[in-house]
Amino acid sequence: MDKIRAFSSTLIPMLIANVDTDQIIPAQFVSSRTTEEFAHALFRNRRDRDPEFILDQPAMQGRSIILAGPNFGCGSSREAAPWALVAGGIRAVISTGFGDIFNNNSLKNGLLPIVVSETEHERLRSVAAADPDVEVTVDLPGNTLSVPAHGITIELRIDPFYRHLLISGMDELDYLLSHVAEIEQYEAGDAIHPTTRAKLAGR
Amino acid sequence: MSAPTTDEAYRRTLYGKIWDRHVVLQEPGLPAILYADVHLVHEGTFLQAFELLRERNLNVRRHPLTVSTTDHFVPSRRDLRFQDPATMPYVVKSLMDTAEEFGMTLYGPNDRRQGIVHVIGPELGLTQPGMVLVCADSHTSTHGAMGTLAFGIGTTEIAHTVATQTLLQRRQKTMRVTVDGRLAPGVFSKDVALALMAEYGTAFGRGHVIEFAGPAVRAMSIEARMSLCNMSIEMGSRSGLVAPDEVTFDYLHGREFAPAGEDWDRAVEYWSALPSEPDAVFDTELAIDASTVAPMITYGTSPGMAVGIDGTVPDPADLADEEAAALTTALEYMGLRPGTRLAGKKVDTVFIGSCTNSRIEDLRAAATVLRGRSVAAGTALKIVPGSQEVKRMAEAEGLAEVFVQAGAQWGEPSCSLCVAVNGDVGGSGEYIASTSNRNFQSRQGPGARTLLMSPMTAAATAVQGSVADPRPFVTSA
Ligand code: SF4
Repeated sequence: MDKIRAFSSTLIPMLIANVDTDQIIPAQFVSSRTTEEFAHALFRNRRDRDPEFILDQPAMQGRSIILAGPNFGCGSSREAAPWALVAGGIRAVISTGFGDIFNNNSLKNGLLPIVVSETEHERLRSVAAADPDVEVTVDLPGNTLSVPAHGITIELRIDPFYRHLLISGMDELDYLLSHVAEIEQYEAGDAIHPTTRAKLAGR
Repeated sequence: MSAPTTDEAYRRTLYGKIWDRHVVLQEPGLPAILYADVHLVHEGTFLQAFELLRERNLNVRRHPLTVSTTDHFVPSRRDLRFQDPATMPYVVKSLMDTAEEFGMTLYGPNDRRQGIVHVIGPELGLTQPGMVLVCADSHTSTHGAMGTLAFGIGTTEIAHTVATQTLLQRRQKTMRVTVDGRLAPGVFSKDVALALMAEYGTAFGRGHVIEFAGPAVRAMSIEARMSLCNMSIEMGSRSGLVAPDEVTFDYLHGREFAPAGEDWDRAVEYWSALPSEPDAVFDTELAIDASTVAPMITYGTSPGMAVGIDGTVPDPADLADEEAAALTTALEYMGLRPGTRLAGKKVDTVFIGSCTNSRIEDLRAAATVLRGRSVAAGTALKIVPGSQEVKRMAEAEGLAEVFVQAGAQWGEPSCSLCVAVNGDVGGSGEYIASTSNRNFQSRQGPGARTLLMSPMTAAATAVQGSVADPRPFVTSA
């Protein structure tokens, strides 16, 4: 995976509560294959029903940070949700909280789920409303989200392990594979579930 | 109450006990490497994971712990089901090829063990108390009803689990939801789940593993517990749990993959030590009184947008900013006005099925209403059993006959109208009374409008052709 460095963008205000992964990518598109297909699938049903949907507004083109409502990415576990967002040019989503599985899936795919407090969210909302073209900078190595023009700096609360992986471009599978010896030990040890032990022994 | 528990406190919970026994390695500050006893795979999410495995030249590490089936994309129509494999949905065919390539166990479209992944796990006895079970599907929480730590994973994590039988996880916080009192006749665990979200929203479980406890949960069958745990993900939590007890052991005994003989005795001993200690402390505690729960129905596009069947659609004017905006959008989508009574609302289709409510007890509850009655004119009823085994039982007990007599369509085991990717799809603007778990926009088809409810409420609704209270149909046995 590409190493993540600092980047800046203006905000896409998508202030809707509980945007679920079925909306982000409808089920019929989850087996898309190419980046173009995933980008097309992003919020497809909503966009088809509503030509004014925020992502299709001319002013929003080229923006890469979504300022979302609470509980973004709830619902289905489909990893296609972050794939579609990334394919659509999104690099970070800001919310007061994310669906747990979406959060994990995003981190595995270079999409930053940025959790802010209610107060910080309110501040970003009013800044975005008053100054829609304001630049926001996400600096993962520096661990901050900032709006320099308004003197806002927010510390990122991204799990330090994933932050490390994202900055270094390493992935989890490499880490797990480096511990096969411990896994073997566990399988031969006492803690393993009795049924699992029996199954591994061929019973 | 919400205070972080100490390591000592969490160890006394069911979750803590299972967690501790599955940690292969915990390096300071890093997520734990957690061992998975069972990994279930289905055709909906596997594709890119196996591409990654091929790229890295990796194979299935533990075949006896890895089982795959087909449920999301397989047709529920019998005439389409037994067709030439060449015309099967791409992902189904591809899973069949992949299973062969990797030597992975597969219960294909017409296998006698096939079914929705969360129905067959417990049914085959694969899901056992004290295990860690993973599957790339958010409703994996269902298996928690067996006292199993079960959670949904992403596609990349499929590759991790296939290759190493482990995955990286951080320990969650603990929450206990106590369900006091007793459920009234005609009210089910599905209603409890919806009532919990109507009260506390759809994010209260976030970051937590929820243990459902209390007298009403103890009184529930395993299948009822599954419907409840199934919906934990809608509450924001990846896992729901119910402590194993005699009900669990009775359910498991004699199942195909359950331990037998001496292994059974050893397992029961192990399982019996799992429940949370009486003095266990949880990070968060919530309670609900089952006796106050009515048959529930959703009116919006989030499962928390639910009221008792006698209730009315709420007014966004009574809510604050984002919540109000979400409700306004939802009601616009649903074509419902604030103040509308839900009972009596006409529906086009009724769907009884999905990993929430497609088990034999669900079908029996529906049959009590449908026996000797007919589906209302202008309403279609589709009943899709959760597995081949459920289908066989329903046919042997005469339930399928009752359904067909009433005018229902009786389908082949699949996810069907729950996610609408197998050819069963709701039309735009159509109202669908559904026993599934998600009423999200366009979940059951572009523009389709979902009303979630229990199987008995769905059956009553089918008979009446409009949202109906199931309680008058309860026969005093
Ligand atoms: S029945 Fe519905 S919720 Fe359950 S696994 Fe299938 S698609 Fe997912």
